[in-house]
Amino acid sequence: MIVEKRITCIICPIGCEILVKIEDGKCSSMEGIKCKKGEEYVINEVLNPKRMLTTSVLVENGIWPLLSVKSSEPIPKEKLFDALKEIKNTTIKAPVNSGQIIIKNVAETGICIIATKSVKDSTKNNGKTILV
Amino acid sequence: MIEKTVDIAVIGGGPAGLASAISAKESGAKEVIVFDRNSWSGGILPQCIHDGFGVEETGLLMTGPEYAEKYIKMAKKIGVKLLNETLIISFNKKREIKALNKKGIYKIKAKAIVLAMGCREKTRWNVMIPGDRPSGIYTAGVAQALINLYNILPGRNVLILGSGDVGLIMARRLKLEGANILGVVEILPYPSGLPRNVVQCLDDYEIPLFLKHTVTSIVGKGRLKQVTISQVNDNLVPISGTEKKIECDTLLLSVGLNPENELSKVAGIKIDNRTNGPIVNQDFETTISGIFACGNCLQVYDNVDLLSMDAKKAGKSAAKFIFSHKNRKKIQLKKKQTILHIIPRNGISYVIPQRISKFGDIQLTFRVKKPRGLSNLCVSSNDKTIFEKELLCSNPANINKVNISISKVTSIKQLEVKLNDR
Repeated sequence: MIVEKRITCIICPIGCEILVKIEDGKCSSMEGIKCKKGEEYVINEVLNPKRMLTTSVLVENGIWPLLSVKSSEPIPKEKLFDALKEIKNTTIKAPVNSGQIIIKNVAETGICIIATKSVKDSTKNNGKTILV
Repeated sequence: MIEKTVDIAVIGGGPAGLASAISAKESGAKEVIVFDRNSWSGGILPQCIHDGFGVEETGLLMTGPEYAEKYIKMAKKIGVKLLNETLIISFNKKREIKALNKKGIYKIKAKAIVLAMGCREKTRWNVMIPGDRPSGIYTAGVAQALINLYNILPGRNVLILGSGDVGLIMARRLKLEGANILGVVEILPYPSGLPRNVVQCLDDYEIPLFLKHTVTSIVGKGRLKQVTISQVNDNLVPISGTEKKIECDTLLLSVGLNPENELSKVAGIKIDNRTNGPIVNQDFETTISGIFACGNCLQVYDNVDLLSMDAKKAGKSAAKFIFSHKNRKKIQLKKKQTILHIIPRNGISYVIPQRISKFGDIQLTFRVKKPRGLSNLCVSSNDKTIFEKELLCSNPANINKVNISISKVTSIKQLEVKLNDR
């Protein structure tokens, strides 16, 4: 079976529109491709699309109510919402340091969720938090 | 009144303020203070939790909060003072600053000032959207702060006006937090944000993009209930009969940013009506001697990397100014330097710097008016070309950068920058 897909290349600002034909799990042809880097991108995007995930987790006793986090590497696209669900059910106690691992092996991908921000303990800040 | 003298006062503690302060300190300035209204440093960065920061500048892929922490650490390490929760009330051409915080009113005499006040989002009233005035209408950046800093979801059924990068990134962010995104509406025939964001923020989640459309009516008592969008013609005027009614409780506006220069104007700094930022020379010095400008109050940058790199140059220039100023009295009689004006022409919306006061290598940053394929960038004087470069592709969403060299023999008063089709 041949499947056709239209992909916008995001490697450079030109944004080439590429028509790819997929046959037996392989790219059999590409139309509109202009460079090697773009070719690599399109192959990955068609066969195994991945995305960096950035979101936040709830913090207890923090000067901020939220801690921003990211995936340690790009996550397979179809696992994004499973990972988000797990992250949503997580709460972390302040203090937290940037780079700290918050979840190991999120959604059984082998990928970690790590803090991208440091959040101080509010009880050591006279109970002061940052408000809207 | 608390009186103080400093080498360099930096107004604004976002990425531009931090980068310029670090660079000023590295260039030998002794006391460098960064003033900011917020209780934190880093400006907008802590709420920009997505990644993509720092690639061009450092080769590392960072999120906004990571990028901010890196700069805050560097600033502290090198001895830059960060004075938060402090509001600048005014400054003047003698470089006297009035500031206010919980301790009282400060009168600060600075040897040089760096402006890094950033920009503000345009609101509904800047783009004149008619209709009711219900709650549920936010600028995209405010919604971003609510979600990413304060754990508040601004709404459930959301329409976004404007396809700039902030608007696109908010579409994805709200989607990930469980909101229903009804679409992104863009008045132009092409998206204003980067192709990368169109793909990863809209296409990934099948969020519709309505090009050549705009919001023409808002309905709601108390909370927003319904928004009307209409198609526009080539002159961007809504076409009657094309109205579509969209039920929603939230409208986000991502309709552009305006450099923040109320303080600059009061001090008498000349503003470029194309950028809405100060007119500067090749050293980022404004029309007032010893006052420099960088970051989004100078021009609205599309990424932090170039912003920081330019801000470092502004900080270095400020430090240099202090040292040359010590000897200035002796050389005051030296005749005034020739000033060369740079004028944007065909296809160029603006160029920074707007003027040049010395010869040598000069970096020009500029934006094009509309997306183009292959074209030639041409810098000329009296129809004589002094620099030419082929641009493969240009987009108003990206700032372009070129380095040109102005030789001593050039006897010119004005440089024109234009695009020629190929």
